[in-house]
This record gives sequence, C-alpha cells and structure tokens, in this order.
Amino acid sequence: MASLAGPGVVDLLTRTRGKGRLHWTDWLAYAYLLLGVFLMFGPVVWVVLSSFKSEAQLLEFPPTALPYGQPSVRVEGYEEPLPLFRVRLPDGSVAEMAQVRRIGIQAQMVDPAAPQRVIRVDINEREPVRTLSLATENYTELFERFHFLRYLWNSVFITVVATLLMLLVNSMAAFALAKYDFRGRDVVFVLTIATLLIPPTVVLVPVFLVVSQLGLLNTPWGVILPGAATPTGVFLLRQYMLTIPDELLDAARMDNASEWKIYWRIVLPLAAPALAVLAIFAVTWRWNDFLLPLIVLSQSEQFTLQLALNSFKGEMHTQWGNLLAMTVLTLLPITLVFGFLQRYITSGIATTGIK
Amino acid sequence: MAALQRRIGPARFAWVFLVPNLVIFGAFTYLPIALNLVYATTGGLAVLPGERSFVGLENFASLLDCKNYLDPSSCSKDLFWRALFNTARFVALQVGFMILFALITALVLDRKIRGRGFFRGVFFYPVLLSPVVVALVWRWILQREGVLNAWLVAMGGEPVLWLMDAGWSFFWVVFVSIWAHMGFYTLILLAGLQAIPKDVYEAAEMDAASPWRVLTRITLPLLMPTMLVVIVLALIKGVQTFDEIYVLTGGGPGSATMLIVQYIYETGFAAQPRLYGLAAAASLLLAGLLMILTLLQLRLNRKSYRG
Repeated sequence: MASLAGPGVVDLLTRTRGKGRLHWTDWLAYAYLLLGVFLMFGPVVWVVLSSFKSEAQLLEFPPTALPYGQPSVRVEGYEEPLPLFRVRLPDGSVAEMAQVRRIGIQAQMVDPAAPQRVIRVDINEREPVRTLSLATENYTELFERFHFLRYLWNSVFITVVATLLMLLVNSMAAFALAKYDFRGRDVVFVLTIATLLIPPTVVLVPVFLVVSQLGLLNTPWGVILPGAATPTGVFLLRQYMLTIPDELLDAARMDNASEWKIYWRIVLPLAAPALAVLAIFAVTWRWNDFLLPLIVLSQSEQFTLQLALNSFKGEMHTQWGNLLAMTVLTLLPITLVFGFLQRYITSGIATTGIK
Repeated sequence: MAALQRRIGPARFAWVFLVPNLVIFGAFTYLPIALNLVYATTGGLAVLPGERSFVGLENFASLLDCKNYLDPSSCSKDLFWRALFNTARFVALQVGFMILFALITALVLDRKIRGRGFFRGVFFYPVLLSPVVVALVWRWILQREGVLNAWLVAMGGEPVLWLMDAGWSFFWVVFVSIWAHMGFYTLILLAGLQAIPKDVYEAAEMDAASPWRVLTRITLPLLMPTMLVVIVLALIKGVQTFDEIYVLTGGGPGSATMLIVQYIYETGFAAQPRLYGLAAAASLLLAGLLMILTLLQLRLNRKSYRG
C-alpha cells in the first residue's frame, strides 16, 4: 500500500520516539477509530440483531441487546403450547411453570410435569423464562406474505440489465472517442462530459414525460434506459482505452478484422480492469437507486426493494419485525460486495473521485 | 456489422459506436433540458407540452413572489421558500461538520496505524448503503422505544420524540446525512494527504518543528486545493439531498426538514394536482444554483492542477 510510505503529521512524532511504544496521541487515534467502528457499524449491527427479535420483543422497552424468546411447552390437557415462566412460590422456592391464562393481576400456572394441579400466583411473582432465540419468522414471512421475491427479482433484474447495458453503451462510446479521429469528436466528447453538470434531480419532470411517452411507465425499462448512458462511465473508460496502443488495433486491421471485432475481441478484454471498477459502481448505483424508480414505478408489482421498503415503512407501522428483516436483506448484497471488493472500491474512488 | 462497415467505411464507423450513447443522452438528458424550459414557461395541468398554455415567466414570478424575502410565510409559495431556507441551513451545517470530521478522520488514518485498510473501510461502509436503508436504520434507532431513548432513560433522562420535534428532527437529518456520506470525503482527503511530498516533512523534522506547526503550516496549506474541491463537491451533492431525508422524516414535522428537491418532487408528482410548470421552474432555479457551484468547482480544479 502506497499509504504506508506516506508520512503523516505524527509519523514524525513516532519516528522520534522509541520503537514499539505508543505515544499518547496514538492511543487517542485508536480511541477515535474505535469510536468510529462503533458509530459506523453499530447502527447496522443493531438492526441486524433487532431483525431476529420476535414482534413482542421488539415492543419491549428498554430493548435487550440480543434476541431472546420465551419458550413454550406442550402440556397434557391443553391444546395450545403454554409459555414458560419462572415462578416464586409462596414457600419461597422457585420453579419453572407454564401459564394457562392470566386473569387481572392473577395468573394461573401449571407445572408441566404435573399438569393436573393449577395454582394461582400474583403476576409480579413470576417472570418469563428467556432463552436466546432467533425469530426467523420475520424473514420467512417476507417470502410468504410480502411478495419479497417479486421485489427482489425486480431489483436484481434492473441492476443486472442496467449494469450490462451501461457497460456496453458506455464502452462503445468510449472506444469511438478514444481510438478514432473523426470530425466532431471533440464536440461529442464535450457534450458527453457536459451532462455531468445536469444532475438528474433537475430534469425530473421532463424525464417523466419522455419515459411515459415511450410507454415505459411501470416497466423496468423506464428505470434502466435513462441511466444507461453516463458521463462518468464514458470518461473513465475513454481515459483507460487511451492507454491501449494503436499498433495493436492496426495489426488487427491488417488481418482484416472488422471494427466491431476489434472493439469486441481486443479493446473490451484489455479494458477489463476499468470495466470492473465501473461495474462495481453501477451495481451499487442501481441497487440503491430511489428517485427515478419512485416516479417511474407506481404499481407495487413493479417495485424495487428500495421502493417496497419505503412504502412498507408507512404501512407496516407495527410490523417492525418484517421491515427490519427486509432492510437487512436489502443491505446484505451491498455489504457482501463491499466485504470482498473493499480495496478495489476505496482505491477506485481515491483515484477517480467518483461514487 | 461487417456489411454495415463496408457500406459506410471504417472511418465513419466511429459513429456507429457512438449512436446508442448519443440517443440515450438525447432522449433522457438533452431533450429533457429543452422540455424543462417548455414546462417552466407553460401552465395548466396537462402533461403533454402541446396541450399546455404559454404563461411566460408566471411560474417563476409566483415562486419568487414574496413581501419579505426573509420571512417564508409572507410568500405566495411559502413552502418553496421554507424548503430553500431549510436547504441553505442544511447544506451549511452538513457540509461544514462533514468536512471537519472527514478531515480529522483522514488525518488520523494518515498516521502510522495498524489496520488502516480496515478502518478506512469502516468509515466508508455507510456510503455504499442505500438512502432508504440508511433512513430505516436510523428510524429504528430514533423511534420512541428505540435504543437511543433506552440509553437516555438508563442515564436518568426522559425519552425524546426525536423525529417529532422540529429542532431535533433537523439535527438528526444533518447527523444521518453526515454519517452516510462522510466516508467518501474522508477517502478523497486521505488521498490528498498522501500525495503531499515526503521531503517537505523531512525538512520540517530537521528544523524540529512542533507537530502543531507541521499541521498548520505544512499539511493544511498543502491540502487546501483538495479541500476546496471537496467542499464544493459536497455543496453540490448537499443541495440535491432528497431520498434519505424523505424516508427518515418525510420532510416533517410539518415542513421542518423539507429540502428543495423534495419540494420539486411533491409539487410535480406527489401532490394533487400535479403542478409540472411550477416544479420545472423550481428545478431550473436549482439548476442555476448548481451551475454556479459547478463553475466554481471547475475553476478550483484548474487552479489545483496548476499549482
């Protein structure tokens, strides 16, 4: 890593002091970084932990850190499984008993081993038995009741197709701009880069019109096409293709290769590193996209995960369990991509300045 | 493809490669720019430009119609002005504190520390999360029975309805937005720090300069060009903030956290009737603001490359 060689302010300090001993400013630095780990990861970890809590536990205040559940047992003579409590009996001993029902401040308890005898205790004399348990129903219900697979499919389809299309369209334009000398090239290049100045938020209304006139409202293509040509992509790929030697292309032309073949068989494979960086960005852009899908897709069958999350936020007011589980599943792919490709992403951004 | 190439010749074949890109740019960027002007100068409720009646600058006039420009409630489109003021306040606070924390973090990461790659990744992670996920994560933490209130109660305080109170809600909107984007600016500043030539520091070491002096006399001045670019970039992004706030607070309570892009969205798409003309006029005003910021950035960029 180049950064190891780069001296910072306090490298000076550490250099003048004995090796191996940490200066107090080093302790401060590590403390700051650990606080950073807590602040940056903490909220997400908290959501992941919460997503495994049962609906009842999610309503608890103050919340516990880990997901607990109250086990229940089948007791002879009762149809439903009964919840287990730890009961302080009048004689002072403590026993695990199942609760039959609660009447006011009294609870009817039964010993699972001796189901014939029901005793009454004050509800303050009993507390629920707690064991660690994952409420996986938060997740399974998503598949059964909330069309999760539909949204997932919409998101995956849009992300994959849009990324591939963008790589194709942008690399074709980049190839033309990098490897051909033709009249109007500079004009096209400037026009392309100039679109960087037009943020999508500014042309929201007319983009909606164009999409609707093309009959693309409520279709994935209404989201895919407007973003298929990007100034960033063209620029990044063009800069990379400029480094491919012209001799290589000329040699291929000698062998009667068509221009398309040169692009497809020679330039694209050689530009693979730049394409990979762009692909990573394109996937995160598209997966996380919100405003364009929000105006283009209004029927819930067409919703992406992001739109579904947003609409459930209102509807599932009391169903935090499912909402949290869906949030976790939505951030999971990006987290995995990040986990595996962290170094490429961070160094890609540091050198290109795009995100 | 080969037949096409034979017909038009290899030199003009470049245009074949350019066509898909240009068509998409044309349809979804250049045409919309032109259409935006049409919408902004026409009125009525029709979507098709042909069915709309020309009203000249009426949309702009009604947006800018104010008795007192410092008091949004005196304006005919008071929501627009509230959104404008909120955006100004939001951007000032968000960019200011975000760059400050990004700078501190970059300086710390630039030290000789173990696990720099890991820590750099930690600060960057939220950048990749979607705005909707970011907003939901924080809604869960800030809700009435949330973990933050639990801590507050454990320390003897009273639970607060964070997103129901105008002041707190604005604070959290700024905080969450810094949380989500800081890592990106940290990375760029870190790259800037590592580009500072080593020998400058060696010279300072020879002169036995104190660390504070090294920071204020060497590091920060040499980092200034990167800083300026980063600040303008953050301003451009900050002015356009929409999704995470929209999902976190919905612009509320009332209109306390409604920013300009949300105003455009609500006017043009969410509210009934859909006032496309007004939304387009507002987005042109936003475009003007962004253009100024972008030109500023280009100027700074050129300067920083030169010197």
